[in-house]
Amino acid sequence: MKAINWIAWITLTLALAVYFGFLLFKAEDKSPLLIGEASHGHFQIELACSSCHLDAFGGGEVIQNACVDCHGDDLEMAHDSHPRKKFTDPRNADLLEVIDARQCISCHTEHQQEQTRAMGVTVPDDYCYHCHQDIGDNRESHKDLPFESCASAGCHNYHDNRALYEDFLVEHADAPWLNAVAALAQPSSASYHASALAKKASPAAEQWQSVSIAKQQQHPQIVAEWLASSHQLQGVDCIGCHVSSDAWVEKPGLDQCQTCHQGETATYLEGKHGMRLAVGLDAMMPKQSQMDFHPNASDQAQGCNSCHSSHSFDTQKAAFESCLSCHADEHSLAYPESPHGQLTQRALNGEQPWNEAVTCATCHMPRLLEKQHGSVSKGKPSMDFGSSINEALLAKLSASGEDVRVGVMHNQNLNLRPNEKMIRPVCMSCHSLEFSIDALADENLIKNNFSGKPEQHIESIDWATKRAMQ
Amino acid sequence: MKKRVMTAAIAALTLGMTGCGEPESKGIDPKIYTDSLFAVMKADRTNYTKLVVKRLGPAGADVIKPAEHWKDLDNGTLLPAQMFRAGAEAVAEMTDDFTYSLQSIWPINSQNAPKTPMEKEGLEYIGANPGENFYGEETLGDTTYFTAVYPDVAVSDACTVCHNEHKDSPKTDFQLGEIMGGVVIRVPL
Repeated sequence: MKAINWIAWITLTLALAVYFGFLLFKAEDKSPLLIGEASHGHFQIELACSSCHLDAFGGGEVIQNACVDCHGDDLEMAHDSHPRKKFTDPRNADLLEVIDARQCISCHTEHQQEQTRAMGVTVPDDYCYHCHQDIGDNRESHKDLPFESCASAGCHNYHDNRALYEDFLVEHADAPWLNAVAALAQPSSASYHASALAKKASPAAEQWQSVSIAKQQQHPQIVAEWLASSHQLQGVDCIGCHVSSDAWVEKPGLDQCQTCHQGETATYLEGKHGMRLAVGLDAMMPKQSQMDFHPNASDQAQGCNSCHSSHSFDTQKAAFESCLSCHADEHSLAYPESPHGQLTQRALNGEQPWNEAVTCATCHMPRLLEKQHGSVSKGKPSMDFGSSINEALLAKLSASGEDVRVGVMHNQNLNLRPNEKMIRPVCMSCHSLEFSIDALADENLIKNNFSGKPEQHIESIDWATKRAMQ
Repeated sequence: MKKRVMTAAIAALTLGMTGCGEPESKGIDPKIYTDSLFAVMKADRTNYTKLVVKRLGPAGADVIKPAEHWKDLDNGTLLPAQMFRAGAEAVAEMTDDFTYSLQSIWPINSQNAPKTPMEKEGLEYIGANPGENFYGEETLGDTTYFTAVYPDVAVSDACTVCHNEHKDSPKTDFQLGEIMGGVVIRVPL
């Protein structure tokens, strides 16, 4: 009997070892290893375990490095108000016992869906109290304010306060709610096609000319689309995209696009549309998300061509039609009838220039200044997220002799959460700071795509100007 | 005889090994260590205030703009206190052999007020005893530190004017040469 028990125990142990060994090292579907559903920020890549668990050995530093690896640049760009380095001094030891602010996962614990709230925060919302409990005593306007309202009422943000700090509020007080519609600057193209043109001029290109000509004869419609495209204008022909590593690529994808469009593809891979591709998983499909999409778009695998239809590469279509072909949430469905949507319709009707249309991309994929002297990180130029670049700003910078390049931020999530991140680079291109703060704090107004005026007023500018006058 | 030879051999080996050993390392006195660190900090801080901010800022050539939110300004640059803290934060990313911070009993940002009992004692001591430093030991978390507090003196009217006019400053009558706060240096023991 004893021997049977031993045999059963050893067999069971071996079976479990084989099962978990297979799951760990061989299985494509590692879902049985998940200890809980990941947050809205990471659910797409929750089965690419090594994206965050960089090493099987090591403590919290391993995870911390993974956080910084993906989010570090964005935090730096946001002038992070609470960087890790502010907490490493031992004088903070007692505070760190309550919340270890040196580690991202202290506030953003993963796989804890039941306690994960907005912004992926997993600590109680009154976390500001632990360090700033004296604010009510020192500032009359803040007396008796609940601490859970600090970061949830449109006044403060733990990381990004570029549009919310006191001096900025005072400087931009008393502005009209709406200025003239800003004309977006054209994205730069000078260096985009250098790689494609080099390919065209290479000795190997000659052998593909006959293939290219034959393909053109087979597909006159495609040729017509290409003739009207920006690629044709820049001299990027069939070989520029369809030849890669000395082979004809029938359906060029991200690999081919990124040879010329490094900035766009690098930032695309950081956003919700491309993050699965970035970690080696299959492309994202709308059916994998919990957001609302049109049923017929459920299986649409996301890639460059999902929004930029191949050969025509129509950026007008990509700027809103492509978005609305998948997204069917309240905000998206309300867009065509909204003031922003109507501006786009007027531009489509030829009643105003196209660069004065306010499309989905105007707000969610802003045009930014690529810093010439900034660091080039992960293959993409460092972008100035201070303000969206418009024609007037571009003219001013160009006149000062600066070598200016304009890029399109393709990480549509970068300024989305918390939405105050959108105030400076986007909203304030046309609106006042006060209107922007109020509008972004009004959930109903966001749902109806800003059709109307905010129903509530955030008092932060009033308080700041009052204190400045004293 | 055999036993005697063995004893002599062991004694010789022991003596030989002792002779090969390194002299016992005494290490640097924590006070000399922190005094030296402070000398470098003070020199850099004074030079930045006088040779950069005062000379090139609004009171001088007016080609740079020292401001709290300097990142938002063309030609913006760090205020002297921010420059000092930026140095402390950069050092913290390189080593944990020592840390330092700039604090005051009259801070513009309340986060820079003394927190630990020894910081309070040290800042009060240097305020009451001009020209003297403060040294002590304290335990924070599970580590004991040698803690030194040095006076931070207003070396330029750029310091006094800014603090006296700032809306969050608890003290508005600082004079040139007056102690405005203290530099706290900690070395884990």
